[in-house]
Amino acid sequence: MRIECPHCGERDRREFYYVGDAVALARPAPDAGPDAWDDYLHNRDNPAGDTNDLWYHEGGCGAWIVVSRNTVTHAVHRTKLAQKAAS
Amino acid sequence: MARLIALGAFGDLLPLQVGDVTCTEVVRETLFSVAPYRGQQKAVSAGLKTQLGLTLPAVGRRRAAGDVICQWIGHDAWIVSAPVTLDGLAAVTDQSDGYATLEITGASVEAVLARLVPLDLRSATFKVNHTARSLLGHLPVSITRTGPQAFEVMVMRSMAASLVHDLQEAMTGVAARGSA
Amino acid sequence: MRLRNPGQTVTFTFDGKPVQGVPGEPVAAALLANGIRLMGRSFKYHRPRGVMTAGSEEPNALVTVGRGAAQDPNIRATVLEVSDGLEVFSQNAWPSLRHDALAVNDLLSPFLGAGFYYKTFMWPASFWEKLYEPVIRRAAGLGRLSGQASADCYEKAFAFCDLLVIGAGPAGLMAALTAGRAGVDVILADEDSAMGGRLLREVEDVDGRPAAAWVADVLAQLRALPNVRLMPRTTVTGAYDQGTYGALERVAAAGAPVECFWRIVAKRSVLCAGALERPIAFPDNDRPGIMLAGAVRAYVNRWGVAPGRSVTVFGNNDDAHRTARDLAAAGIKIAGLIDARPDVQVTADYPVFTGGSVTATAGRRGLSSITVAHQGGTRVIQTDCLAISGGWNPSVHLTCHMNGRPRWRDDIAAFVPTPDAIPGMAVAGACNGVFETAGCLREGAEVAAAIARDLGFTAEVTLPVAEARAYAIAPLWEIPGKGRKWVDFQNDVTTKDIALSAQENMRSVEHMKRYTTQGMAPDQGKSSNVLALAVLADLTGRGIPETGTTTFRPPFVPVGIAAMGAGGQGKGFAPTRLMTSHHATVAARAPMIEAGLWYRPSYFPLEGEVSWRQSCDREVGYARNAVGVCDVSTLGKIDVQGPDAAALLDFVYTNRMSTLKMGRVRYGLMLREDGFVMDDGTAARLGPDHFVITTTTAAAGQVMRHMEFASQVLRPDLDARVLSVTDHWAQFAVAGPRAQVLLNTVLDDQISNEDWPFMACGTVGIGGVTGRLFRISFSGETAFEIAVPARYGESLFRQLVAQARTLGGGPYGMEALNVLRIEKGLLTHAELHGRTTAFDLGLAGMVSAQKDCIGQAAASRPGLVDPARERLVGLRAVEEGRRLTAGAHLFAKDAKAVTANDQGYVTSACYSPTLDCYLGLAFLKNGPDRHGEVIRMVDHLRGVDTLAEVCHPVFFDPEGGRARG
Repeated sequence: MRIECPHCGERDRREFYYVGDAVALARPAPDAGPDAWDDYLHNRDNPAGDTNDLWYHEGGCGAWIVVSRNTVTHAVHRTKLAQKAAS
Repeated sequence: MARLIALGAFGDLLPLQVGDVTCTEVVRETLFSVAPYRGQQKAVSAGLKTQLGLTLPAVGRRRAAGDVICQWIGHDAWIVSAPVTLDGLAAVTDQSDGYATLEITGASVEAVLARLVPLDLRSATFKVNHTARSLLGHLPVSITRTGPQAFEVMVMRSMAASLVHDLQEAMTGVAARGSA
Repeated sequence: MRLRNPGQTVTFTFDGKPVQGVPGEPVAAALLANGIRLMGRSFKYHRPRGVMTAGSEEPNALVTVGRGAAQDPNIRATVLEVSDGLEVFSQNAWPSLRHDALAVNDLLSPFLGAGFYYKTFMWPASFWEKLYEPVIRRAAGLGRLSGQASADCYEKAFAFCDLLVIGAGPAGLMAALTAGRAGVDVILADEDSAMGGRLLREVEDVDGRPAAAWVADVLAQLRALPNVRLMPRTTVTGAYDQGTYGALERVAAAGAPVECFWRIVAKRSVLCAGALERPIAFPDNDRPGIMLAGAVRAYVNRWGVAPGRSVTVFGNNDDAHRTARDLAAAGIKIAGLIDARPDVQVTADYPVFTGGSVTATAGRRGLSSITVAHQGGTRVIQTDCLAISGGWNPSVHLTCHMNGRPRWRDDIAAFVPTPDAIPGMAVAGACNGVFETAGCLREGAEVAAAIARDLGFTAEVTLPVAEARAYAIAPLWEIPGKGRKWVDFQNDVTTKDIALSAQENMRSVEHMKRYTTQGMAPDQGKSSNVLALAVLADLTGRGIPETGTTTFRPPFVPVGIAAMGAGGQGKGFAPTRLMTSHHATVAARAPMIEAGLWYRPSYFPLEGEVSWRQSCDREVGYARNAVGVCDVSTLGKIDVQGPDAAALLDFVYTNRMSTLKMGRVRYGLMLREDGFVMDDGTAARLGPDHFVITTTTAAAGQVMRHMEFASQVLRPDLDARVLSVTDHWAQFAVAGPRAQVLLNTVLDDQISNEDWPFMACGTVGIGGVTGRLFRISFSGETAFEIAVPARYGESLFRQLVAQARTLGGGPYGMEALNVLRIEKGLLTHAELHGRTTAFDLGLAGMVSAQKDCIGQAAASRPGLVDPARERLVGLRAVEEGRRLTAGAHLFAKDAKAVTANDQGYVTSACYSPTLDCYLGLAFLKNGPDRHGEVIRMVDHLRGVDTLAEVCHPVFFDPEGGRARG
């Protein structure tokens, strides 16, 4: 598998650290309540199809990246810096 | 009163030659990382121009002015080989002893690195002064092409011996094949 | 028998007997040349077997190479190249290949069909692991491992190209040539030792020359192109995502790595993998001497070896006739050609039986005769080699590696690839169902030209003249009648097993495969899959397309773990990080232990000390009574700078760092977002917008990732930069009542308690070198950590140690460090193990409610602040001389030591020389409320059962006066 790092270009999967769903970009407010925090911490979809997830280019430039890909075809559609996606 | 003696990062592990490939230590007295604050990249570049005579190179590139180099080193960060003052513009951090750097040269150098680095280092795609952050075996490295048959590899200083070990294995394997 | 003078030969051995061979030819060819047909025994029935194919698909002729540590089992004799002194052994036979005791299995075969073991060895259940399985495993099988560590060296490597051409037969050569001439960066990989594919194995002309001469020309042209890389002996084993391919190279050079496993990244690829011939199922079709017809041609045409003196050919397609013609032309006697098709017109000067089939074979250790039923009756023919051609199966395997399914073509009675089954991969030649040379050459060239144009190159197609022989086939799978008809030769599966499977309702091809084990041997059923499913289709009354194929998965040929994991042995397993004091420490004979990737000293033994405890106790005494020196460079150090540096730290630490004064250090706790503790450390403020924080050794990487996550993902609004400076600084702890005295021997400017109070930090000069000094303590003593740029690390360490010795102290290692911190109830990752909260650790007060931080919301969940949780306590051994052990579990004093009564566990334990007693840190239910209670500690692993008193976790100097002193 190869992932396009917005800084470094297409790189081998081994350079990346996988985290999971890009839900991290939508961190609840501290007082959002137990349900919101429970969702944020624990509840994840497991789509057969398109998904957005977070990868860290740990063996590369150190950027956190949002990767849009398809779990069925394994196609990687888009990648962008999490910093830009979040702000 | 102490008298401190400075020691090299590689000890007596370098120089190392196997087959047609040679590794030698690259010594730079000073190295500073430069991470511009938000919106300050241009100002940092201008500051470098004034102080060192070079501007920030693009992502994945190195630039040199005389002996001084400025090299992209990762997400929003560069490294320069001379002291700079960029108060309020960038995080400047002394990394003079943070890295061990070697140059690896020779006809089979691409074949050796191909055994360790998951990067497309073909000369048409990775040209002189192109630089990349990647892995060499398990080691996080910064790798730069310095010539048609020459690369510079920077690794965390504590991993210097591992770097030499991994390179030596690859060099031995390539040399045993008898050709590049 | 050799058909021509072999020229230079070398000697290798087969089962200890010398055999002459031509360097580079396959071992199977050399054995056949020497009249050796019996090459091994089959997997289950120990049937005598000979070579069947001439390629990597070989199911029968598996051999072991070398002996002792160099022993390598299950090597295909069709791939293994002859070299001088090579030692080859047959497998799965005892006492010898000719007289194999377990051939008795063959007589028992009526009882040993598919599912036999499952049905028979059911009771008693416990016998399966102890008796049945070991016995069955010993009887069945392939080659054996030596049990010794192999000294062989393996490699792995990466390669990149625009176009990967897989296979160098007519299609692959034309693809590489066409794309190469256009300027495309090409890799041409082929698993054979010589490129050319079937062109090296057939008698035909290309461009007016013998095919082999044309191949040589093309290869010369390819070698002259700088943008083309030839990789012979390289099998592409798998197609993976985003244009990544695995490939296994057998390296031929002596002294070089044995194999190299390549990861090839290609923008595009062309699969030119050719086709594999398939057998026909007739009774006793597995005798040595019965081979696939294309293989027989290969041995004759390419290696000049006659597989028999009197050859018969049996087929259902035109290729059978080609075999007979080639052999006759080579001067080999054709005892008969049997074509299953009744309506074929042939004129030949050897007997031809149309509408015929082979109904029986004879010959105990090799074929001696066959029985032929034909339109005119039956006949027994004396023959020592039968060439079978059941038709050709395109090698579609790689196109199925990403879930693609091949489609059936009736006209060639074979599966062909579904287009675009692998993104970026095109298919050309025989693997696409084109079975004539001219068509293969054309398709290879045209596909490559189209790819080249797509990649922006200008490509021209120039085609050589070649044969365009039609290929006609009438499907033929199983010959009716009694007798065992082998389908999967490597796993000893017959048509009867498939019938049994269908009868027992394992009618899906995937069920049949698993029930019979057809296609599950190392050859992955390359010769048998299509035949097996055709037999199943006939039995179930479904067509072949409906029956479908099983899933082809990587790797295409077996790949040794040694090749895939190359470089990962010994020091290649993980990087080694060495402290600047490493050499001085090793010179002091300190045993080194791993701490993450680092190597740290366990203790520094002195002359006369016989146990680690003696050294450890002495080193603890250095810190408690004089001064000890310890390299703490391994702790992670992270530089945090920027206008929002303090705000970022407030967000990642539970406590406030923004209120920290310049020149001061504060202890900090980091949580994961789920509320559990991730790490602890210190933050030192060096300037208004400049901090340096420390992490534990083990969590340095994780904390760095976490900090980047916090700054890039969670709080991109904060303008702060995070950078590891761990390697720049060599840092040493100097601990003990005489720490300040020691430091003043090396510092340029003397320090005093007033200038450097507890938790102060700042810049100091050491012999003119600028360093940093932190007054922090992990021992409870007056202690400092002094940091200098790494190049001066060894020098400073030596001077600190030398000075410490003059003050009655010295260096201390991890053991003493551990004792010192346990005595003080200080935490490491033994306690911060990922399941403990600030509340559990008694540090709930450190979680500020006045600000948001990572983990704060989740840490307040009721379940995480339940007083009944297992919480940190100290334990003091009660029984004289009985130790406490980490990992032991805690129970009420009189309770039975069973899981239901478990009250907690010990995380750290030591003998405290300071307090002369065993101490432990533990997590105990309601712990802080139970100080003074005596509980039972049981370590089932080490067999320790003792009593301990629960107490406050700070055992020594609870007021902390010594550190402030």
